[in-house]
Amino acid sequence: MTSRVFAWMLMAALATPAFSGQQLIEQLQSQYRNQGATTFTAERGKQLWEQQITNKQGEQRACTSCHGMDPRQSGQHATTKKPIKPMAMSVNSARFSDEKKINKWFTRNCKWTWGRECSPQEKGDILQYMLTL
Amino acid sequence: MKKITGMVAMMMLAGWGAQALAEDANSFSGWLFTLDRMKEVRAVDNEQYAEECGACHFAYPPGLLPSQSWHKLLAPEALADHFGENAELDDDVLAEIQQFAYTHAAEHSYYKRSRKIARATADGSAPLRITEVKYIKRKHHEIPKRMIKDNPDVQSLSNCNACHTQAEKGVFDNDTVNIPNYPDWDD
Repeated sequence: MTSRVFAWMLMAALATPAFSGQQLIEQLQSQYRNQGATTFTAERGKQLWEQQITNKQGEQRACTSCHGMDPRQSGQHATTKKPIKPMAMSVNSARFSDEKKINKWFTRNCKWTWGRECSPQEKGDILQYMLTL
Repeated sequence: MKKITGMVAMMMLAGWGAQALAEDANSFSGWLFTLDRMKEVRAVDNEQYAEECGACHFAYPPGLLPSQSWHKLLAPEALADHFGENAELDDDVLAEIQQFAYTHAAEHSYYKRSRKIARATADGSAPLRITEVKYIKRKHHEIPKRMIKDNPDVQSLSNCNACHTQAEKGVFDNDTVNIPNYPDWDD
């Protein structure tokens, strides 16, 4: 009897997704800390989100160029005008379900926006901002 | 005897046909036996391709460009500066997308519109933009600027699906065109 209950519990545990969005963010943040980052704050994340950088072509770029000022709202691709779904955890937790996807977009978008990869500290702060919104 | 040979031949043909129908249309036998008239362009039916390319723009069917164009566009160093965007991909994902694009590029396709694009680029030219393919240019050159570039709901000839309502299915013929803000347009 007990072993059967145990078997059912085990199967239920295996069937549920391993990580929720929040857990995945926390897991990534712990990786970033191992890479030298310290504590993460939503305030710093917000600053980074809104920080305008002028690139070599004299063009102003920020996360907000495509995502918009409010991460809880949809954005629009700066060139193609394709709508971009919201980024904030509270409105679109699906954004934080795939580690590979998060890494891919951090790499691409940091390079496009700031002309370099983001530091582990910056990534953790931005994730913190998305988590608390 | 003759009857038997005929029957064997019929059976062989039927078998070949059934096999061709079962596989996809990207082969001579597939083209010969399919019920699809293949007038248009093969629709994108690779999930990875649809997802990655479609993340930022309309996922253009590979049959709209010759393979020499796709080779240039999908080289890893080219993707790092993809029309001003960083579109880097992981190696395994990139390999699948390249494979799909190369296999179904215009000159490998049996679809009619792709055949025309293949002919327009048979001189070896490798346009990086679909809008630079001579055939595509010719098809659009009579449409005034106000309907495309100056049309807030279109903005560029590269937004195929702004007017081609069946573009996702690989269908681009006139009957399926609907230019936003110009409901009365008729070719």
